[in-house]
Amino acid sequence: MHPAPSLIAFTTLSGLGFGLIFWLGLGLPDATGWVALTFATIAMGLATAGLLSSLFHLGNPQRFMKALTQWRSSWLSREGVLAVVTLTMFALYTLLWVWFDMRFRPLGLVCGGLALATVYCTAMIYAQMKGVPRWHSAFVPLLFLGYALGGGALLAGQVRMAGPLLLLLTGLQILAWWRGDGAFARAGTSLGTATGLGDRGVVRPLEPPQTGTNYLLDEMAYRVARRRSRALRLIAILGIGLVPGLGMLVLPTGHALALLFVLAHLLGTMAARWLFYAEAEHVVGLYYGRR
Amino acid sequence: MTTLPDSTDRSLGLVIDLDTCVGCHACVVACKEWNTGAYGAPLSDQDAYGAAPSGTFLNRVHSYEVTPADAPAMVVHFPKSCLHCSDAPCVTVCPTGASYKRVEDGIVLVNESDCIGCGLCAWACPYGAREMDRAAGVMKKCTLCVDRIYNDTLPEEDRVPSCVRTCPAGARHFGDLSDPESSVFQLVEARGGMDLMPEQGTRPVNKYLPPRDRDALPEMDVLGPLLAPVEAQPGGFLGWLDRTLEKL
Ligand code: SF4
Ligand code: SF4
Repeated sequence: MHPAPSLIAFTTLSGLGFGLIFWLGLGLPDATGWVALTFATIAMGLATAGLLSSLFHLGNPQRFMKALTQWRSSWLSREGVLAVVTLTMFALYTLLWVWFDMRFRPLGLVCGGLALATVYCTAMIYAQMKGVPRWHSAFVPLLFLGYALGGGALLAGQVRMAGPLLLLLTGLQILAWWRGDGAFARAGTSLGTATGLGDRGVVRPLEPPQTGTNYLLDEMAYRVARRRSRALRLIAILGIGLVPGLGMLVLPTGHALALLFVLAHLLGTMAARWLFYAEAEHVVGLYYGRR
Repeated sequence: MTTLPDSTDRSLGLVIDLDTCVGCHACVVACKEWNTGAYGAPLSDQDAYGAAPSGTFLNRVHSYEVTPADAPAMVVHFPKSCLHCSDAPCVTVCPTGASYKRVEDGIVLVNESDCIGCGLCAWACPYGAREMDRAAGVMKKCTLCVDRIYNDTLPEEDRVPSCVRTCPAGARHFGDLSDPESSVFQLVEARGGMDLMPEQGTRPVNKYLPPRDRDALPEMDVLGPLLAPVEAQPGGFLGWLDRTLEKL
C-alpha cells in the first residue's frame, strides 16, 4: 500500500496524543497550573494535528462532516465521532484541572477510556481489510494500542511505566512482523483464485489492461523501499523500544535525556508506520502480476 | 446508510464469457464513452498526451496465459469491473454513506455529492473495481449503466449496460442473476459460472464463464505408416561421400 505521508503523520501523532490523554486522564503526572496546561496542550495538539493531517488525504475535505454519520457500520466514521467526543471531554477536563485546580477523576477516566477506544477504531480501519492479509490481523489493534500506551507514558514522563511498556511493544512489533511476513500466503488468494483459472493450470499475466499506470497500482501496489525493509526494521526496533526503553530503566532521568528518548521513539514509530503501509500487500496486485 | 441490505429484490449483474472474449477492449471504450458523459463527474484523464498517461476507467481488460499440465498454453482475455457483491466490503467501510447497495436491484452505487474521497472503499474492494477520479476527488465505479437500463427514452435494445451493448463477440450478458427463469441464470448453470476470489467472502453477483477446453486433435498420421523408415546408413554415392569425408 502507498505510504502516504499524511497517513503516517496522522496515525503516529494522533496515536501519541490520545495515548497521552489516557495517562493524563488517569491522573498522571501529578501537575498543576502551567505544567498541567502544557501537558494538556501537547496532548490535544498532537491528536488534533493528526486528525487535521488526515484531512489532506481526502479528495473532498470540505465535506468531512458527513464522515461522522455512519458510525453504525464504518470504523472510520466511529473513529471520527470518538475523536471529537474525546477531545471535547478532555477540553472540559483540562478546564477544570488548570483553571479550577480540580482534577475530576471520573471525567478523567472517561476521557482515558474514550482515547483508547479512538485508537482502537483507527486500528480497526486497517484490521478489517480482508484484501490486505498483513493488516487483517489481531496484531494491528494490539500494536496501535501498544504504541499509544507506550508513547503516551513516555510523553507523560511516566518512566517506570514507559520502560517496560516500550520493551513489550518492541517484542510485539517483532512478533507482528514475523507473523505478517507469511500472511499473504496463508490467506490463500492467488492469481488462480483471482481469475478462477487456477484449477486449469498455471496462470501468468500476459498483458496489463493499460500501457501506463493507474490509481490502483499507485495506491495499492506500491513497491518502492521494500528493499530497505531490514534497515528500517532495525531503526524501528532501536527507536520505539530499545533506546528509550532500556535507557529509562538504566540511566538517570533528566529533561534533556527524556527529550532524546521521545525523539528516538517518534523516529522509530515513523519507520515502523512507513513499513506498516509499504509492506502491506493488497490482493488486487495479483491481477497485475505485482504484490 | 452504509449497512448492507439483508436481501435485494433482484440481483442485476453481468455474466462474462471468458471463452468468447477476444480482448478487443471495445467494452472499455464504450464504458468510458458512456460514463464520462452520463451520471456524475466525468472520467478524467491525466497527462493524456504526455509521457505518463493515466485515467479513470470503470472496466479494464487484462490478458492472462494459462498453461495446463498436459496441454498447450492458452490465452484468456479477462474483462473486470465491479461485481456488485452481495456482501460488498466497499459499502460497509464508507464513513459518509456515499456508498450503498440498492435494495430494489442490488446495484452498488456511489452518491458523489456525499463522497469525501477518502479512498477507503477502494482499499476494501479485493478486485480493484473502484478508482478515485483524480480530477474530481470522488470515487468512481461501475453503475451497471443505471442511467441506461431504466431509461425509457432509449430504444428497448439499448437498455442494457454500454459494455454489453457494444461487445462484438457477444461475451457479455446482462440480467437478473437471482431469477432462475432468466437467461443469465441459465447460462451460469449450463456453463459452470464461477465467482472470483470466493475465499474473500464477498459473494459477487457477476459471474465468469470458464473457457471451454480446447479441442485436442487425435494423432492423424495417414501417410506415415506407408513410408519406409529412413536408412540409418546411407548407401550409394551419398554413402561413399559420407565415408570419404569421415576419413579426411
Ligand atoms: S466488486 Fe468491489 S466495488 Fe464492486 S461491490 Fe464488490 S467489493 Fe464493492
Ligand atoms: S471514497 Fe467516498 S464512497 Fe469511498 S469510502 Fe470514502 S466517502 Fe465513501
